[in-house]
Amino acid sequence: MADTTLVGAAPTHPTTAQIAAAIREERARRGKRAALLKHIFLIITSLVMIYPLIWMLASSLKPDNQIFGNLGLWPSELRWENYTAGWNAMAVSFTRFFLNSTFVTVLSVIGNVISCSFAAYAFARLEFSGKNIWFALMMMTLMIPYHVVLIPQYILFLKAGWVDSYLPLIVPRFLAGDAFFIFLMVQFFRQLPRDLDEAAMIDGCNPFKIYWAIILPLSVPAMATAAIFSFIWTWEDFLGPLVYLNDMRDYTVPLALRSFIAQDSVSAYGQLFAMSVLSIVPIVIFFIIFQRLIIRGIAMSGLK
Amino acid sequence: MAAVTLSEVRKSYGGLEVVHGIDLEVKSGEFLVLVGPSGCGKSTLLRMIAGLEEITDGTIAIGERIVNDVPASQRNLSMVFQSYALYPHMSVRKNLAFGLTNLRMPRPEIERRVAEAAKILQIGELLERKPRQLSGGQKQRVAIGRAIVREPQLFLFDEPLSNLDAELRVQMRVELANLYNRLGTTMIYVTHDQVEAMTMATRIAVLSKGNIEQVGTPYELYNFPRNRFVATFIGSPKMNILEANAMGGAATVADFGTLPVVVPDGPISVGIRPEQVLIGRDGDLVAEGKVTLVEYLGSEIFVHLRLASGRDMLAKAANTAQHKIGDEVSVALRRESLHTFDANGLTAPRATTTA
Repeated sequence: MADTTLVGAAPTHPTTAQIAAAIREERARRGKRAALLKHIFLIITSLVMIYPLIWMLASSLKPDNQIFGNLGLWPSELRWENYTAGWNAMAVSFTRFFLNSTFVTVLSVIGNVISCSFAAYAFARLEFSGKNIWFALMMMTLMIPYHVVLIPQYILFLKAGWVDSYLPLIVPRFLAGDAFFIFLMVQFFRQLPRDLDEAAMIDGCNPFKIYWAIILPLSVPAMATAAIFSFIWTWEDFLGPLVYLNDMRDYTVPLALRSFIAQDSVSAYGQLFAMSVLSIVPIVIFFIIFQRLIIRGIAMSGLK
Repeated sequence: MAAVTLSEVRKSYGGLEVVHGIDLEVKSGEFLVLVGPSGCGKSTLLRMIAGLEEITDGTIAIGERIVNDVPASQRNLSMVFQSYALYPHMSVRKNLAFGLTNLRMPRPEIERRVAEAAKILQIGELLERKPRQLSGGQKQRVAIGRAIVREPQLFLFDEPLSNLDAELRVQMRVELANLYNRLGTTMIYVTHDQVEAMTMATRIAVLSKGNIEQVGTPYELYNFPRNRFVATFIGSPKMNILEANAMGGAATVADFGTLPVVVPDGPISVGIRPEQVLIGRDGDLVAEGKVTLVEYLGSEIFVHLRLASGRDMLAKAANTAQHKIGDEVSVALRRESLHTFDANGLTAPRATTTA
């Protein structure tokens, strides 16, 4: 080795900087290849996931006979009238169904966010007797499928004379009926520092004021999450409206969609899918607005 | 300004008593520091005074009023938290004004007080910022600002400087002391840092395991500790403790020989502060030792010594002293600088007779 340096062959030896550069290059190349493979995999799986949606979109523009007969996604002719005809296909127009759905959903979201955050605040911060037992009971209701309580609940609301109205769909939302949201919020509230509550206590807040002025503004991400789920679940709820609503004028969108599948004659599938596409639009809009709140909320609180 | 009187205050969690019947009188306008190792109950005590923690037994009075059942907000006090506890979603201005708004104070008065606090603490240009945009020291100032706008009769501080870096801590310590001199309000300050306690306090209460060990001025605690715990807790570096044996009015201290004491016979201990450990032979008790470590601090030198019996001692020497590891030295103690503790750790009276 000493010889080579003596005869001036040093330039053939890569310097440490060159070696480092080569290693870096090799690493970058490997990184690129891995990234490429990862992306191919992700694109394929996301195509699988999104295919039904694209299929629905395509079918909403196809003539009825092409929907199940033709495998191609692209319609041979664009039937935009599926949308106009579908909107007015029932005895009652979809304007009414959308208004009904909006009414039920908006009230449900408001009810859920308010009442569940109330209950969650109590579980997370207040001291009352039997707190742990009540919390366990509440968590247990998470494990009971909706279908189990459906009939007893129906009888309850029937006795109350609420069937055939929106009350069974809305009133429970104002009574903190959804253990999942309560649990979600309790978990969120628990990670807010208790010092804030105590500082507020010294600053003259009663428990409600602490909830309202401190906890709630800091829990925008949790509230937005609950609002999104609550919106989606209520908007696309089929069973609840099916059980409690009998008059077509009261129907929500999912119920109305079901009416396209006629028991007696040919079903208008093109129109069904056209209306299905429209029924998704509010969810998408709502999600886009509220998911920004989640991110902004986390950034704003500066707790993380 | 108000005095605070605690009598027989106890606190239990479940069956476990963590504060055992504390009697403490905080004089009006005093800066009282509660100091003790972690878990000694000092924070619990402060929180009970604040009204954030219920007391199990006893009474707490602020001024003339017994506040056992008075909610925190009506005790006319402010508290600064270790974590600052600034409301993250409010601007600095709103953080300062929040408590006043809750009192339904007229807006001009709120603005006046916020402006005044901002001026005292030099946070005027931060008023529109959110807490997350502030540095640790700035947050600390805002937290103090939030306390002073209320113009309370009592300030409570719960380890307010422990989240700051060393340099800032020293700076804030001075500022807090200045603030106290300016406001003259009664302050109760909790810390585990005895240097903070010594530098700021009018009086210090040393706590250990839910009991008060001693209450006194920094001078009293340093020079006349009532027991071994206080003696070793106050002062940095720590007091040297030498185990000894008392017999008939004389104690035998290994390496050093005997000295007259006024304690019952049995195992005792003798304490001496590092600055009173003299290197040389100029003292009443002399032992031989070896230098094991030398720490140069600029203004002074810590010399770690090992005596013939294997016992370690620490001496504080002038920064001109030239000691090296391995040096054989003599260690001298003066009798008047010794603290004698009996078998229970209580300080024994000094022996007046000369042996």
